[in-house]
Amino acid sequence: MTQSVVVQVGQCGNQVGCRFWDLALREHAHVNKKGLYDEALSSFFRNVDSRKSDGRACGIGGRIQHLKARAVLVDMEEGVVKEILQGPLREVFDSTQLLTDVSGSGNNWAVGYVTYGSAYREQIVDKLRKAAEHCDCLQCFFLIHSMGGGTGSGLGTRVLNLLEEEFPEVCRIVTSIYPSAEDDVITSPYNSVLAMKELTEHADCVLPVENQSLVDIVNKIKHMSHGGKPGSTIKTNCTVISGQGGLTGAEKPFDAMNNIVANLLLNMTSSARFDGSLNMDLNEIAMNLVPFPRLHYLVPSLTPLYTLADVSVPTRRLDQMFSDAFSKDHQLIRADPKHSLYLACALMVRGQVQVSDLRRNIERLKPSLPFVSWNQEGWKTGLCSVPPVGHSHSLLALANNTCVKPTFMELRERFTKLYKKKAHLHHYLHVEGMEQSCFSEAISSLSSLIEEYHSLDATKGKLMPDAPRLSIAR
Amino acid sequence: MSVVTVQLGQCGNQVGQELFDVLCSDEGHRTTYRAASCERFFHQNTHGDLRARAVLIDMEPKVINQSMTKAAKSGRWRYGDTSYFSQKQGSGNNWANGYCVHGPRHREVVEELVRREVECCDRLAGLMAMMSVAGGTGSGVGTYVTQCLRDIYPKAFILNHLTWPYGTGEVIVQNYNSVLTLAHLYQLSDAILVHENDTVHRICSQLLNIKHISFSDVNRVIAHQLGSVLQPALTADSYGVYSRNPLGEMVSALACHPEYKLLSVFTIPQMPSSSIAYSTFSWPGLLKHLRQMLISNSKMEEGIDWQVHPPTSSEKTRSLTGANFNTSVANLLILRGKDVYSAETGGFEDPALYTSWLSSAEAFNLWKSPVLFNKYEKSATLVSNSQALLRPLDNMVGKAWNMFASRAYIHQYIKFGISEEDFLDSFTSLEQVISSYSQM
Repeated sequence: MTQSVVVQVGQCGNQVGCRFWDLALREHAHVNKKGLYDEALSSFFRNVDSRKSDGRACGIGGRIQHLKARAVLVDMEEGVVKEILQGPLREVFDSTQLLTDVSGSGNNWAVGYVTYGSAYREQIVDKLRKAAEHCDCLQCFFLIHSMGGGTGSGLGTRVLNLLEEEFPEVCRIVTSIYPSAEDDVITSPYNSVLAMKELTEHADCVLPVENQSLVDIVNKIKHMSHGGKPGSTIKTNCTVISGQGGLTGAEKPFDAMNNIVANLLLNMTSSARFDGSLNMDLNEIAMNLVPFPRLHYLVPSLTPLYTLADVSVPTRRLDQMFSDAFSKDHQLIRADPKHSLYLACALMVRGQVQVSDLRRNIERLKPSLPFVSWNQEGWKTGLCSVPPVGHSHSLLALANNTCVKPTFMELRERFTKLYKKKAHLHHYLHVEGMEQSCFSEAISSLSSLIEEYHSLDATKGKLMPDAPRLSIAR
Repeated sequence: MSVVTVQLGQCGNQVGQELFDVLCSDEGHRTTYRAASCERFFHQNTHGDLRARAVLIDMEPKVINQSMTKAAKSGRWRYGDTSYFSQKQGSGNNWANGYCVHGPRHREVVEELVRREVECCDRLAGLMAMMSVAGGTGSGVGTYVTQCLRDIYPKAFILNHLTWPYGTGEVIVQNYNSVLTLAHLYQLSDAILVHENDTVHRICSQLLNIKHISFSDVNRVIAHQLGSVLQPALTADSYGVYSRNPLGEMVSALACHPEYKLLSVFTIPQMPSSSIAYSTFSWPGLLKHLRQMLISNSKMEEGIDWQVHPPTSSEKTRSLTGANFNTSVANLLILRGKDVYSAETGGFEDPALYTSWLSSAEAFNLWKSPVLFNKYEKSATLVSNSQALLRPLDNMVGKAWNMFASRAYIHQYIKFGISEEDFLDSFTSLEQVISSYSQM
């Protein structure tokens, strides 16, 4: 069994990360009845005997002593991390996994990337190495950060660079939270575009998540649970937005949104943690979904999202779950994959689902989904037998789809609006080591990315002739 | 003589486990049959416990653990406690990762495991490597290991059993992996026996009436078909004694030309085990259906196209063989069950079924066994070296070639040391195979 390390950077990254650890613990507690430290647990947790001073890990098969998350927490403020250390999850981390500063990055990518990146480089690498040394087969780094602020976007992408330098063989999967258009951070377009260049060049896969989509989903769920028809209620133990059953009791404002992202990570790693009849390893994600190295943005969608425990309405059936995964309101970015072009698509299913269910649904949905001409059968599937807590089955779809293009174009537009007036630019250029060329390079990187998606989009709907085959001399 | 099986990757290890289960539970009460089957596939220790003559190889531990546990639980047989090799991290669906990295890295361990198993055999009949072509470990490591085996045992018969993936939905780069695997194996293997998941899936749903088909259902059908080929049988020149070497006999019967080594299997009857007791079979009926299944290339006795007929000699000279007619290079018919000696197999000896360059006397072989196989009163299996796999192969190469034209995913292979030229070489050699089979 392989292990993965989660690196959470900045306020948003740390909040999402903590929801992930909370839900992961609940999931394992649900499955692991014997209280033994098994392979599934070892993929994201260490088992440490705290009575021993050296804090050495105990082997697989023994009793659970003291679980420690395989994580590195980085923030340039103290607030969030301090809160974590006072909260119920404090036991899961120890001080050697944390790195904080007091002054924050002032919503400035350059401060995060250049200033803190250089000042803390050694310390960060040291903590990453420690985490890696605890693994006996390190497969994947999961980086969680936001794009809009300073620490998450700046230092986050710097950490991504360090990961590539230090661990070139280990897969880097990044979960990036994109800011809403009405973001309260004025410089968020700058930060996002500067961060995008790093993501495009140094990540193996990026799972973009838009804040606005999360807001929409949470509102819709709340609306359904309050207003709604009489008798219809949200399943109380629905894991999607509620943290119930986890360690954290009271819910904070962003918890519901962060829970959704945490569920995304939970489902993506389920096949690496549990058994199934069709395993989907983490290193298979990039292999199957990334046909060209730069086009590695995978749009996630989760189902069931709006689970109802309503007796009068027939329960949402398995097939509905598959249909939902392709509908607009289940995407974690505001996009419509059905009306864009698929380069490839992965279906990661959990619960009691058979190959025949998968095959039937792929056959059923295929005609309505446009795929690029050379990848008409671009489906990758995984079956994990352990369902999420409180559900009988679930589905995570990861789509390499040109529908990310509008999000990127919007971002470029907002960037250009500021950049034309050189607004706020001086804040960045004051930072030692930051050049204006960084801006022009970042925007041209984004533009060429958009262009690549565009040229693929142009092939959509056209009948592409098959490439002429090699002919054999007779 | 004994066969050493090498199970590779998730698929190979699952199908292999089902195969040994079929071989072991096959109710051969007759002691000579039982003993012959045992000698082939199992090693018997002093307590009489059966241990499969198999080596299990995977780059991740989960499936091997499952297969070993299932075998041990059966109580009838088990795998050798130390006959497996697993690692922690899979090949990530990347043929290049399996072939260029994992394979060479673990070469010595794997060779040692196989050597130990071979040394347990009084006489080695051959080696059978079981794997899928879609993923990374089965296909990539499998190809590499086959190459090593060919180096160490240059004179042994090597049969590759391949599972071809569903047309859609398993692995996106499956066509690349398949092309690379097949092109390499064609140079190494004596014969390549193929099962297509799509075909077997249809058998599960239409003949066996399974509602929710799982991988183990599919694997069980494959194991049943393979078992009916590999279990002991009497050949024409074995004079009433069970033939000694199933692999050797099969290869020499079917793979008579290095350009033609793709084998497929047709089996009749196949039905839910609950219906077997209520069904009666006659040899003429079974064989009539089986023959039509062969010439119309239908793997199921349901929905056979009865319009297809062998071309008359005049049609043949004008090379007007009907598009649907499946021409054979060679066929091996295996009959098992009651009254097997009375079965009339003349329909398979018709020269019109075969190419012009091999007489039907050479192209057709027949094995018989009076012992019931897997509860069927009468059953017939045909291993056919014919155009049956031409279309799926052509599809596979065509799709991979389309992808290659836009150079999609190539960077993932280059990373591990497979270049565009390597791809082109593989494409060229498979186009050659396609051309040979379509020119028959």
